[in-house]
Amino acid sequence: MKEEIKNYLRLDERFPHILCPGCGIGTIANILIRTFNELNLDKNNICLVSGIGCSSRIPGYIDCDTFHTLHGRAIPCAIGVKLARPYLKVIIIGGDGDILAIGLSHFIHAARRNIDLTVIIVNNYNYGMTGGQVSPTTPKGKFTYTTPYGNLEEEFNIYEISKSAGAIFFARSTTYHVTHLKKVLKKALTKKGFSVVEILSQCPTLYGRLNRLGDAVKMLEEFKNRTIDISLIKEPGEIPSDKIIIGILLDREREEYCEKYERLRKAINEKRD
Amino acid sequence: MRQLLSGNEATAIGAIKAGIRFFAGYPITPSTEIAEYMARELPKIGGVFIQMEDEIASINAVIGASASGMKAMTATSGPGFSLMQEGIGYACMAEIPCLIVNVQRGGPATGLPTKPSQSDVMQTRWGTHGDHPIVVFYPYNVLESFYLTVKAINTAYFLRVPVILLTDEIIAHMREAVELPEEVEIYQPKRKKKSPEEFLYYSEETIYDSEVAYFGEGYRIHISGLTHREDGFPTNKPEVIKRKLDRLKRKIEDNKEKLWDLEYQDIGAEVCLISYGISARTALEAKYIFEKEEKRALGYIRLKTIWPFPDKPLRALLKSAKKVIVVEMNQGQLINEIERAISPEIEIIGVQRYDGEIITPEEILAVI
Ligand SMILES: Cc1ncc(C[n+]2csc(CCOP(=O)(O)OP(=O)(O)O)c2C)c(N)n1
Ligand code: SF4
Repeated sequence: MKEEIKNYLRLDERFPHILCPGCGIGTIANILIRTFNELNLDKNNICLVSGIGCSSRIPGYIDCDTFHTLHGRAIPCAIGVKLARPYLKVIIIGGDGDILAIGLSHFIHAARRNIDLTVIIVNNYNYGMTGGQVSPTTPKGKFTYTTPYGNLEEEFNIYEISKSAGAIFFARSTTYHVTHLKKVLKKALTKKGFSVVEILSQCPTLYGRLNRLGDAVKMLEEFKNRTIDISLIKEPGEIPSDKIIIGILLDREREEYCEKYERLRKAINEKRD
Repeated sequence: MRQLLSGNEATAIGAIKAGIRFFAGYPITPSTEIAEYMARELPKIGGVFIQMEDEIASINAVIGASASGMKAMTATSGPGFSLMQEGIGYACMAEIPCLIVNVQRGGPATGLPTKPSQSDVMQTRWGTHGDHPIVVFYPYNVLESFYLTVKAINTAYFLRVPVILLTDEIIAHMREAVELPEEVEIYQPKRKKKSPEEFLYYSEETIYDSEVAYFGEGYRIHISGLTHREDGFPTNKPEVIKRKLDRLKRKIEDNKEKLWDLEYQDIGAEVCLISYGISARTALEAKYIFEKEEKRALGYIRLKTIWPFPDKPLRALLKSAKKVIVVEMNQGQLINEIERAISPEIEIIGVQRYDGEIITPEEILAVI
């Protein structure tokens, strides 16, 4: 590994990590620090915030300010950090359960406010940390330990939620498409406002095994075969329904919350003078 | 300058004077005036006010801001206070100072939004799960709402713990003429002397009054609600777990003499009234009536610190008492704690009311 990438890791006694062999979360951590490096981000100005779950363990390995909060509460904690220290690059990492089940209301309200945060959602289609239960992104019919007869519920479309709640950026990638992932993360991290990156990630230990999807390599192949990049779609009607669209699905501008608040503070004080 | 203020206003003013610059909250009667004051005043002085989507978000935003070096608080009432419990536990474990004001209303559930009650006394102690100590102050008038808010904030930052200010609906909404000081003494956490490489966020060198680093200062700290080591990273080692929990306990154990705050009169008397908050005002009135009519003294003790429970001072004050009357607006909460603390020889009676109405002096006089 290149020296400058190692610079972003806590290399003391934090390794080896706690993740299962073949888990996609390690790939995500790897691409994340490479993105930091390519963007030349000062590690003293990054604050990584997470809740509870396998994905939420990523910050512990990265050498910057790291904030391991309660299950589902990374976003409100991050809002506190960002409002107190607007110069920090505040990034949230969490699982589909953490951000979209218990933490969903924080997610949509932060998007509505357009606070300058990047939320990375590790979508492994189930609850990893607690041993493979259904999540808001588990597809209908799929098996988990709490849907032993198949999931009855429909899954969330994170892009639609992000868009209607007011996010200014949404991209989807996978742990197979590492170059693509780095590209969209880079874009997300340079946006000023609420940006979301959904990463499809394999959990071979639980979701993969329960649904007979094969080992990590097989699951990665599935990501390769089942996805199509949005830039390759000419006519919206031509996407086969079993395909998952990846790439940048949303990219727009809207005034950011901290800037608005700063403007308000100035205006109040000018009026008083 | 004398001014006419409500308890909620006095709390808000005290908080800003004590250095609060961040407020996140969610409207709930009878605490809302504190949020409204903050929304108006904080942006004028470089602070931040934000109304969050619920009380869970509020307490977590407060924790995030405080960990980033902005003194932070929230204010709520029963239902919202219940939602905040997990966050309060996080603040205990992660050692993030903050102030939580709970202006009580009747419960359980939505209960009595506009009526007074003192039924959250035990919830402040044991509301969040797990072994943990807690500090709770309880004012009985508008002026004290100001001073105990300042004390609560200084205590939170000195000990690096969440501190709760427990107040009553009546005091929160009642106006009294008060004279507030221009400035108050503010505790400032110690400047760091150690370099980022040597610095440990949970260093065992000090348990309180510690050097502290915030997010964004280049210390690359790790703050966690998992049971952790000195560097903040999780542990499963029994001796490290015990050390951490003992550390949390010692923050308050070591300082309890300083935290205890009681007011008392005529403690040599055979019968003694014990109360707190709005009920103590009734108790005091009962004392005056009794003494005028009976021509003998009636003891009176008022607790300003509810937790850590002032067992030692109470025992000392009640050495010669034969009978104690505990006056509180609930079904009997602090009375159990008092009973445990004092000599079993002393007869103990409760005057309790939980119908949304304030206790009257007559109800107390009837049991003397
Ligand atoms: C309030 C609360 N409820 C439940 C839990 C237990 N819990 C821990 S992680 C988790 C879900 C993990 O799934 P996800 O967020 O998708 O992350 P993953 O482990 O899959 O990365 C749950 C339910 C908890 N820690 N706190
Ligand atoms: S349980 Fe699944 S998500 Fe968690 S570490 Fe193992 S493979 Fe990864």
